[in-house]
Amino acid sequence: MRQYFGRKLLIYGLTFVVAVTVNWMIPRFMPGDPVASMLARSRVSQPAAVEAMRAYYTNLFGFDQPIWQQYLNFWGALFQGDFGISIWVFPTPVADVILGAVPYTLGLMIPAVLLSYWIGNRLGAFAARRKLLDNTVLPVGYVLTAMPYMWLAVILAWGLGVTAGWFPVAGGYSFALQPSWSWAFLVNLLHHWTLPFLSLFVVALGGWAIGMRNMIIYELESDYSNYLAALGAPTRLIRRYAFRNAILPQITGLALQLGVLVAGALVTEIVFSYPGLGSLILKAIQNQDFFLLQGTFMFIVIGVLLANFIIDIVYVIVDPRTRAGMAGAA
Amino acid sequence: MSLRVNDLRVHYRTLRGEVKALDGVSFGMADGEILGLAGESGCGKTTLGKSLIRMDGRMRHAGGTVELDGRELPVGDDRAMVAFRFHEVSLIPQYSMSAMNPTRRIGRMVGELLRSRGVTLDVKELESRLDLVGLPRDVLGRYPIELSGGMKQRMVMVISTLLDPSLLIADEITSALDVSTQQAVAKALLGFRESGYVKSMIFITHDLALTSHIADTIMVMYAGRLAEKAPSDRLTKAPRHPYTRLLINSLPEIGVRHQDRKLTGIPGSPPSLLDPPKGCRFRDRCPMAGEECAEDPPPVEIEPNHFVACWKA
Repeated sequence: MRQYFGRKLLIYGLTFVVAVTVNWMIPRFMPGDPVASMLARSRVSQPAAVEAMRAYYTNLFGFDQPIWQQYLNFWGALFQGDFGISIWVFPTPVADVILGAVPYTLGLMIPAVLLSYWIGNRLGAFAARRKLLDNTVLPVGYVLTAMPYMWLAVILAWGLGVTAGWFPVAGGYSFALQPSWSWAFLVNLLHHWTLPFLSLFVVALGGWAIGMRNMIIYELESDYSNYLAALGAPTRLIRRYAFRNAILPQITGLALQLGVLVAGALVTEIVFSYPGLGSLILKAIQNQDFFLLQGTFMFIVIGVLLANFIIDIVYVIVDPRTRAGMAGAA
Repeated sequence: MSLRVNDLRVHYRTLRGEVKALDGVSFGMADGEILGLAGESGCGKTTLGKSLIRMDGRMRHAGGTVELDGRELPVGDDRAMVAFRFHEVSLIPQYSMSAMNPTRRIGRMVGELLRSRGVTLDVKELESRLDLVGLPRDVLGRYPIELSGGMKQRMVMVISTLLDPSLLIADEITSALDVSTQQAVAKALLGFRESGYVKSMIFITHDLALTSHIADTIMVMYAGRLAEKAPSDRLTKAPRHPYTRLLINSLPEIGVRHQDRKLTGIPGSPPSLLDPPKGCRFRDRCPMAGEECAEDPPPVEIEPNHFVACWKA
């Protein structure tokens, strides 16, 4: 058991180092000069003043040091929880900007992932081997899962937002309100949350339902199902066992899907101008804000790795065979 | 008479038509009898075994009746059969190695299975049966993956016989085992009968040597029909059907080298059961075939309890 988790942690550690390195490299090798764009924004015309400001900014962001020193500094700062200072909303620290956006992204992602996973699996399991339901759930599932997140988001925004006028199509809350713990604000928040949530939820739902349906059919034809049926066990018991076994590959599927879901959430946020990490990434790119971009990516990488690690642990709990493997028995 | 099968016909539905895997089989079994069911692959022995407990989705009951302890078994009616399964007819499947749910501890699985059949688990009884087949009692707390192949096999044997069925169908249960484990399994089966856990038993196999040790009667099938049925020693020592003779002659003997005596097989292969030929189905491969074989040979009781379906017998 310890060896298993030791190995897993090593792999996650390596992934983390590579991700951090790539993360550090991408903005630096991107075309464009952020200091120049900051100078342009400040509209200073005297050449001497411009030169002074350039020197100040270059020093402030550490660009005057050799590139390997910048890399080491980056790691050092990372362990102190220091992601640098945002260029876009100068001089707010990146960590603060991200922490302001994270609740929106998590509030969108976690319910969408868990609910679509739970309901999708139930739906798929229920449809398997029931002709009428199967004939509806399967094609609908294929259509849903084939839809790109942002496309469905646009359709929902247009249909339920613009045309029907039931839901707002932009923002995390109404601009007329100040964030607070009042009922009015929470209801408003939920109202704005519905459409982005729905677009993420619906697309993911189809994939889970199809996967589960196929797995259940496979399990219902397996030997232990046949044996139980030959001994006259009721369908309820056989299906319960089949579900328990079919959920195992689905858990692996969840681990694999997390990255895709995060990406989907980012794009969906942009469609709905939802103030989460996705919108932040867009802003960071538009403003050549290295530090913000790095910080946001960092956050996503850590989140995905953490979620995968949790899934690894869950898998060990639900599948006794992985535990047997750890003990050294075949 | 414990089991009485009359003209049982079971067909497989395929895209090209109905495969007549069981085409009019009749036989009876006495109380406490162990019937060895032999024949080559595709002769219908597994189909017969399955028909008596649970037909799969492709099988269709095309005719004939089955009677167990004087009551008719509704073999063609999946729902009505449920009441008989496990209580009256039980099965040790071909696939014992994978017959148990891999994600449940064995004891818990047995408990859940019994509860679903309206029976409460008698742990003492279960443990004494584990002792009988030589399994440690703590297997109940383990997962199937933690057992060896032979242990899984014995565990399944215990589960299948837990409700003391009248008829037990053991389908090719020794095929994947080594010789010493085969002996242990055969002994356990005989032990089940002695202890009264099962009344009678159908032992399906292609291993004539093993079946002659444990079966009271052997029935040889060919192409969906009965070829010969006789008490074990009669069938092995004085077979009357040419197919049985060839089958017994094709068994290898230990100590006889290939140079000294070539192993004889039976040339040819069984006819397609999609559209079986008229007359005796063994005719094309039979060294004794003659004119009369164009007619179907009916099973005839040439001596008490010795049935042969051959004009030449």
